[in-house]
Amino acid sequence: MNMRAIYAIYRQEMARTRRTLLQSIVSPVISTALYFVVFGAAIGSRIKEIDGISYGAFIVPGLIMLSLLTQSISNAAFGIYFPKFVGTIYELLAAPISYLEIVVAFVGAAATKATILGLIILATAFLFVPLRIEHPFVMLVFLVLTAVTFSLFGFIIGIWADNFEKLQLVPLLVVTPLTFLGGSFYSIDMLPPFWRTVTLFNPVVYLVSGFRWSFFGQSDVNVVISLGMTFAFLALCLGIVGWIFRTGYRLKN
Amino acid sequence: MAAMHPIISIQGVSKRYATGFEALKTVDLDIAEGEIFALLGPNGAGKTTLISIVCGIVNKSTGTVTVGGHDNVTAYRKARALIGLVPQELTTDMWETVWDTVSYSRGLFGMKPDPAHLEKVLRDLSLWEKRNDKIMTLSGGMKRRVLIAKALSHEPRVLFLDEPTAGVDVELRRDMWEMVRALKASGVTIVLTTHYIEEAEEMADRVGVISKGEIILVEEKAELMRKLGRKELAITLKEPIAAMPEALAGYNLALSPDGTTLTYAYDTQADRTGITRLLRDLDAAGIRLRDLDTRQSTLEDIFVNLVRNGR
Ligand SMILES: Nc1ncnc2c1ncn2[C@@H]1O[C@H](COP(=O)(O)OP(=O)(O)OP(=O)(O)O)[C@@H](O)[C@H]1O
Ligand SMILES: [Mg+2]
Repeated sequence: MNMRAIYAIYRQEMARTRRTLLQSIVSPVISTALYFVVFGAAIGSRIKEIDGISYGAFIVPGLIMLSLLTQSISNAAFGIYFPKFVGTIYELLAAPISYLEIVVAFVGAAATKATILGLIILATAFLFVPLRIEHPFVMLVFLVLTAVTFSLFGFIIGIWADNFEKLQLVPLLVVTPLTFLGGSFYSIDMLPPFWRTVTLFNPVVYLVSGFRWSFFGQSDVNVVISLGMTFAFLALCLGIVGWIFRTGYRLKN
Repeated sequence: MAAMHPIISIQGVSKRYATGFEALKTVDLDIAEGEIFALLGPNGAGKTTLISIVCGIVNKSTGTVTVGGHDNVTAYRKARALIGLVPQELTTDMWETVWDTVSYSRGLFGMKPDPAHLEKVLRDLSLWEKRNDKIMTLSGGMKRRVLIAKALSHEPRVLFLDEPTAGVDVELRRDMWEMVRALKASGVTIVLTTHYIEEAEEMADRVGVISKGEIILVEEKAELMRKLGRKELAITLKEPIAAMPEALAGYNLALSPDGTTLTYAYDTQADRTGITRLLRDLDAAGIRLRDLDTRQSTLEDIFVNLVRNGR
């Protein structure tokens, strides 16, 4: 392992975060806070408790997941897309580093960033709603696992995209709808049976459900299944990344 | 000399891009350790493609490349660690500082931080004062220096310079050649491509001419000059003449528009250059001479000749 190279890339990526602090950290925090105000306080006060949890608290795990997903994806996607776009990728390709090392560095940096963000949003949530976390360790596992998985997913998008439009297409057309329909704002038990079944094909449901379990000890889907699905998606992403690097797909002519 | 210690050995390398375009036919080339090798060729000849293949940026279609004896695919770490690349395009980061980007490059190559080395590199390239500036605030020539500094940050044994002097002013060019000479003196092998042929002529030990994806010639520069060198004899006349006299028709002379200069091209390798006979015939024709001047053809002339007659 070329640890120095991994560290060099990781550091450069984290430096980018620092430079774009406002965009990377502050704006998701503000928009999440707005969600709390609108859904938690304003509308939430008129919605009855779900499974004995106040609506304001109920949406916290889903909101964190929402930010975690979008940030992981966009950070990792942009991180690898940008060098491709400006041409500095030549240096990565000509350096004595393996593809695995490139992935570890980029995905590690994106996941770190997203995890920090998730924790900041969690801290923000405490300011707005009374919260309890029943299984803090499981919560952290979900947080990190999701950040890593979706950073990998973002990395794949960043390699696949050959223009800025495509870079935003997947997050916009796929991820945002899946997240909104993933039970962030409601319990899937509230859906009619048909839609409940449809929802079970949405991977985000498992993330939100499992994450919510770590907070309140109850969930739509068994937490073991949630964890299993998350790992399955992680394995899928790893498989695709492996294929990309075996073939040099969109990286080398 | 070249065959003895190749630090880079390119064998049977060809490249067909995904578009179907065959950018390199079969290329065989050895670069000797410690030499300065100039790769000359017109636009689109395949220079950048060849360099990119050696550096691991482009996949070759066939053939093998070894760097320092290491196969650049199966032993890519060892092979790449020896190489520094200055790309043709000015592709730099924008928001990083000069110092950060150079440290980053060194890190990428797995070398432990060495501020003293980086300082020396930056000073040699007159970048030391700019070390804390963001790259995007630098001029084009300065950015090129940054690319060179990045390539030198990890102390490569082979340095590739892909058209290093494109868009570079005289001063930087001079600095650059000075640096190249110093690098050569310290044992670094240098492979460069350039459109400024007089520079290859000035700098290179050996020259390779590439055209349409084929290396059509590799030669010691001196040998090349000697072998292909044509000389021109410029004959300045006392009185201008309006037309070429009949008696001189066989010499293929060129007459300048003002009628004062005749130019005679001849091959220095030929048994008879024909000069004596020409001078006699000139005299017989009653033409009086003011001056004679000979000129050795430059690499550029040779190059243009090769590519024109070229395969
Ligand atoms: N990615 C690519 N896909 C298809 N064709 C390509 C690609 N890159 C280069 N080519 C073609 O391959 C040929 C060789 O290109 P290359 O860049 O190696 O030339 P070069 O000798 O470096 O030219 P120049 O002096 O202009 O830099 C050109 O005809 C070019 O159009
Ligand atoms: Mg080129």
